[in-house]
Order: sequence, then structure tokens, then C-alpha cells
Amino acid sequence: MRILPVPAQPDQGTPPTVNPQSTPPVPPPSLPVRKVLTMKKPFRAGEYAIEKFIQSVAIISLVLIGLIFVFVFREAYPLFTGKVLAAAPQAQVEEAETYGVDPGAPDIVEAPELEQNQENFKPSSLVGPSWQPVSLDPKFGLWSLLAGSLKVTLIALLIAGPVGIFAALYTSNFAPKWAREGMKPAIEILAGFPSVVVGFFALVIMASLLQNIFGFQYRLNAFVGGVAMALAVVPIVYTVSEDALNAVPKVMMEASLALGATRWETALFVILPSATPGIFAAMILGFGRAFGETMIVLMATGNAALLTASLTDPVRTLSATIGAEMAEVVFGDTHYRVLFFVGALLFMISFSLNAVAEFFVRNRLMKKFKGA
Amino acid sequence: MNKTISAGLGLTLAAFALATAKETITVKGSDTMVILAQRWAEKYMATHPDVSVQVTGGGSGTGISALINGTTDICDASRKMKSAEREKLKQRFNSLGVEVPSARDGLAVYLNDASPVAELSLDQVKDIYTGKVSNWKDVGGPDAKIVLYGRENNSGTYVYFRDNVLKGEDFAPGMQSLPGTAAVVNAVSKDKLGIGFGGSAYAKGLKFAKIKKDASSPAYEPNGETVKNGTYPITRYLYMYLKSRPTGAIKNYVDWTLSPEGQSVVTEVGYFPVK
Repeated sequence: MRILPVPAQPDQGTPPTVNPQSTPPVPPPSLPVRKVLTMKKPFRAGEYAIEKFIQSVAIISLVLIGLIFVFVFREAYPLFTGKVLAAAPQAQVEEAETYGVDPGAPDIVEAPELEQNQENFKPSSLVGPSWQPVSLDPKFGLWSLLAGSLKVTLIALLIAGPVGIFAALYTSNFAPKWAREGMKPAIEILAGFPSVVVGFFALVIMASLLQNIFGFQYRLNAFVGGVAMALAVVPIVYTVSEDALNAVPKVMMEASLALGATRWETALFVILPSATPGIFAAMILGFGRAFGETMIVLMATGNAALLTASLTDPVRTLSATIGAEMAEVVFGDTHYRVLFFVGALLFMISFSLNAVAEFFVRNRLMKKFKGA
Repeated sequence: MNKTISAGLGLTLAAFALATAKETITVKGSDTMVILAQRWAEKYMATHPDVSVQVTGGGSGTGISALINGTTDICDASRKMKSAEREKLKQRFNSLGVEVPSARDGLAVYLNDASPVAELSLDQVKDIYTGKVSNWKDVGGPDAKIVLYGRENNSGTYVYFRDNVLKGEDFAPGMQSLPGTAAVVNAVSKDKLGIGFGGSAYAKGLKFAKIKKDASSPAYEPNGETVKNGTYPITRYLYMYLKSRPTGAIKNYVDWTLSPEGQSVVTEVGYFPVK
């Protein structure tokens, strides 16, 4: 940038000699000035350091989320550019030498090593019903996995939704103080329950129980997984709906009661509808939790990649697939990339659901009550 | 005072040095073999206090990649090393690896105790697991659907079964994959219509199907004799893999596992000796 020469400004600021006030302006008393100055910038190193430390912690967590995001997508990306690690050409490598073999022992004839069909991966092969990644002719169709995740999530929400919402309605409107103070922490402890414990309980006890009651063909199935998952989802639905119900202004309840409505009518027809956006957000957060949960479904759903309409067939979910297969996959090959793509898919789904839930709570609920 | 302190310090340091001077052998790999490997390690360390054997599981694939990366001395595997893996080992260490068949395992086909089916031919097992046969009545059972249980696709047992029993065909999509042989055993023991597969060491509370090589040959149950003389048709080796021919402490350990004492541990755990 060029600095322009500043022209003289004769019209502004009369020369001091023409000032009607002959006496020069009295400087303000020096003491207050000094006081103001000393109070303005008290540099305290300790405080500064703490402030910066807290700030950097916040920034680090943001950066970490960003890095995870980048990493997951970067690992999945080569699927779409066709730059998946080409499998090493199956050159005939010599056999390993053996050690300590007794020549007299009857030998075991094992099948010769079978070659995997290493055709180039096309993104379109992600669209298909068949998930057979370790087959000799690998198939990476995601439909059955997606359907599995949706089935389990749907069942979990159908159970956890009503339970969580009505429990919240009870504690926020009807429960005596002692019950409220006992129930809220109790349900919230359920949220901190390790999901592997829930899964194990479902695998060993709940599955047999439900099979005896309903006579399922398959002992482990989407329904068992969904019921177990409901245990993990109830606390989320409960906590968020309870907050939403408590946020409904007291005047609405008072007005309704004053008009002669009973407490049940008030709760069901006045308070519950006013809290709808918050409850909707609760359901969406519950959906996100159920969709991403791994351990429970890995243990309780049977893990068969079936694409059927029945809710009592075994299913394999997206998250359980990652959980089961990631540990042994060959680093960098197609299967590895597809698993990362599944991870990216889960990430995007839960990210957008959280965004939608946030939007509903922030905008709708607040607008409704503040009349904006 | 000072002297005692320094003497004590010296003693601790010396003890420390001694502890670290202890020869350490790391063993990693197959989950099928992890019980066997641990039992071997315990017994060996009891008689050889100067050697420490550290055993971890994780699966055959995990063990082999650890061997390739040089993070383990011995790798346990329930399947043969693949040529791609041997190729990697060769690039890294200029060695194709050394294979030590250290036990035999009869891969059992599990049936529920209440199942009326007693024997199956290999072809029938194949048809059941590929989904060609889905009703028990086709293989001599009641008129009811067959419920398939199997292992996750990352296990050596899954790959062995696919290559040797299914002859490379895919498992039926309806097969329920369970994490670990114990889970398969548990599921089949609770499911009257269930069928599963896995090592014969694990089975409690269910029965083994007798397996026929083909429709006309006699059926054998996996037991010490049939697995040892090779008449049981689904028999495999359990291997230890090394980077190079063993020397020193590792050689002593490997030789011990193949000795009558080591092989008696194999029988205790429920597998079958190689000698």
C-alpha cells in the first residue's frame, strides 16, 4: 500500500494563540490518573499462564476432532480414486523350511493356498446386499449392514423412547422430591454402565429368556440386540427429555391447572407438547448412540449379514463390522479402506444427527418459549 | 549409615541387572493356541527360572504381522503362512521363516446334545455351511431349519474351514459369526438346531459330529487316535513360526515343546501331539 502525503489541514483546529481561553488547560490531578493506569494492566504471570493453558486445552480438543475427521476420511479416500494398494502379485514363493518334524508321522494334506480374485475395486460395489470381505471373490455390499444397524436402532428407540420420555414426565411432574432425587441419579448411572457388560448380559441371559418367551427361531437376533441397546439408550432419552420438560415455564402449568385441568391432563396435553422439540432432540441423540454402539450389538445380534425384513433374524451392524474385522485386516488393502469408509459413514451420520438435534433445541425450543 | 545405603542400592541394582539379564522369549498369535502356549510357558519357566516366556494372543494374522515387524520371537498360527506373508518376511529379513508344526488339532463339527444327527459327510458339512442344505431333514434330522454358527472372518479357523471344507466357496450369509470358539460352543450347546465348528479342545456340553470323508467311507470322531493317524478328515497342524533356525534360548524352548514333556502338555490342553 502506498502512503499518501497528508495535506495540511488549515481549516481544522484553530491555532492555540487564537484560543479564547488564555490560560492553558489545567491538567487533571495526577493521583487519580496514576491510579487508573495501575489498575488497568496488572500483569500477573500466573493468571496469564492458566488462561492460556485452558485455552490451549480447548483448542487441542478441537484440533483432535479435526484430525480424527481428516484421518478417517483420508484412509477411506483411495477407494474412490482407485488407488487401493494393489495386492502383491501371487508369485510362487518357496515354502518355509520346517523344523523338528518327525518324518514318520502321518502327514496332513491341507488344501493348497487358494488365490483371491483381485479385481480392481469400484465404488459401485459398495452398493449391494452381500458382505463377504474375506471371500475368494470379495464382496463389499453395505446394504445388509445398513439395514442391520437401522433395525437394531429402530427397536431400541421404540422401547427406549416411551420408557425414557414417560420416566422423565414422571420425575419432572409427579414424583415427590425423594423419588426424583433417587431416580435421576439411578437412571444416569445406567448411562455409565460399560456396554460390554450389557452385551454380555444380553448374550448369556437375555437371549435365552426372550427366545423362551417369544419362541424365536434364532437365539441371537436384531430384537435381542435392540432390547439390550434400549438399556443404553434410555438414560440419554431420559436426561435430555427431563431437561426439556423442566425448561417448560411454570406459568403454563399453573395456567392449565387454574383452568381446571387435572395434573395428568396438564402433563400430557400442555407440558409434553410444549417440550416436543427437546424430546425430539432426545430421540435423535438416542438414535445416534444406538447407531454407533458397538459392543452390545457385536455380542447380542448374531452378526450375520442378512438383508431381510424380519426383525427377529440375526443382523450385522456397521459398527460391529468394524469392531470385529478391523483388528486383523491387511493394512492398506481394499477391505481396510472399506472399513474406514464404514467408519466415515458412521461419523457423518452421527455428526449430522447431532447437528440436527442441536438445531432443534437451540432454535425451536428457545423461540417457542421466548416468543421471538 | 551411608555405607549400608550404598550397599543396599548396589544390591538392588544388581538384582535389577539380574532380572533384566533374564532371557525373554515373546510368543504372539493364534487365539486357538493361546491356552496351549500359556501352559507351555508356565511349565517351562517353572523348570527354567532364567528364562521368561511372554505369551499374547490376538489371532494368527496379528502374530504373523508381529513376526514380520520383528516385535515377536515366536509366532503361533493355526494356519499356514500365506505366500504374500512369506514374501514380506523375505523382504524384511531375507528368510522365508521356519515352520514348526507343534501340535495337531481335529477341527470338530459341534452339534447340540439333543440333536438326532450323529454323523455327516464332508460334502454334507460343505452343503450345510454354503447354504445349499438348510433343513435338518436333508441330512437325517428332524424337519427344522439349520441354525449356522461360525467364527468371525478374521480367524484362522474360518479361513481353514473355508479352504479345506468349503473348498473355497463362501459361507452362507445367514451364518452367525461369533467372537471366539467358546462363544460358538456356548451357542450350540443352547440351540437344539444349531451346528458349529471349532477346535476339539473346547467342547463342553455338546457333542461332536462323526465325520465321513465321503458318503461311503466310515465316520470318525475326533479323538487322540483318529487325529494322530490322520483318519479324521478335518485335521490341521498348529504351528509356531520363527524368523530363522532357532538358536540359544529359543532353540531350547522350541525343542522342549516338541519333547515328550512338552507334547504331554498338548494332550492336557485337549489337542493332539505331533509325535
